[in-house]
Amino acid sequence: MPPAHYLVSREAVREYAIAVGESNPLYLDLDAARSAGHEDLVAPPMFAAVYAGPAFAAAMRDPELDIDLTMLVHGGQEFEWGPLVVAGDQITTAIRLAEVSERLGMRFYVWHSSSQNQRDEEVSRGSWTVIVRPRE
Amino acid sequence: MTPLEPGSELAMLRVTPDRAVTERYASASGDANPIHLDEAFAKSVGLPGRILHGLYTMALVARAQTDAAGGPEKLKRLDVTFRGVGLPEHEITITSTVTERHGERLIVTATAKQQDKAIIRNAVAELESG
Repeated sequence: MPPAHYLVSREAVREYAIAVGESNPLYLDLDAARSAGHEDLVAPPMFAAVYAGPAFAAAMRDPELDIDLTMLVHGGQEFEWGPLVVAGDQITTAIRLAEVSERLGMRFYVWHSSSQNQRDEEVSRGSWTVIVRPRE
Repeated sequence: MTPLEPGSELAMLRVTPDRAVTERYASASGDANPIHLDEAFAKSVGLPGRILHGLYTMALVARAQTDAAGGPEKLKRLDVTFRGVGLPEHEITITSTVTERHGERLIVTATAKQQDKAIIRNAVAELESG
């Protein structure tokens, strides 16, 4: 699967911060972010779900896996973070299917992702677990 | 801020997601799966109704950590298992306890509960305390 690219915009960071109820000015107020020494608006750590999301969405839609997305439940998620992401960063995410297993008629898939910024620093690593329930 | 040590409880976070929260999160994240947006569809696939995005609930757990630790750069790792489905318009409480310290790194265990059920249990966070 080719790596997916995501350009972090201020609008996307603000919209995300508001959607998850964050009030830290680092995510919302450019002046506050800059006076705290950041180059631009800071993305909350869980914004990793946004910049790595397209790679994950494409991986789940791999026609070879033939996953019924309507029967899918997010089973678990792990992120490890490196340097902070700020608006203006260009993030590249590579993802691979690490594990497939079956328990109690349910299928478990685990993908591992790695996201890098434009300086080739790893800004996060993700482990994405989904469960596909059988259609009744 | 009181120093965090094993046994410390982080400040509890209480959030009642309003009915539009799944629409805002879908728009912000790009995850527009109808199980989060369409009541009838969600019920047709055996869910109690529109459910919260798991990653939204995880973001609340993350917020409890970054607020307590002093900023986004302090959160180095977060690992969660989604246990049940979260629903809009019911209060979620996030509780977090420091369990270990390794040098400057704190290990925290956190739970997200809604209507007395854990929707995220045994979440593990690593925080930089320095």
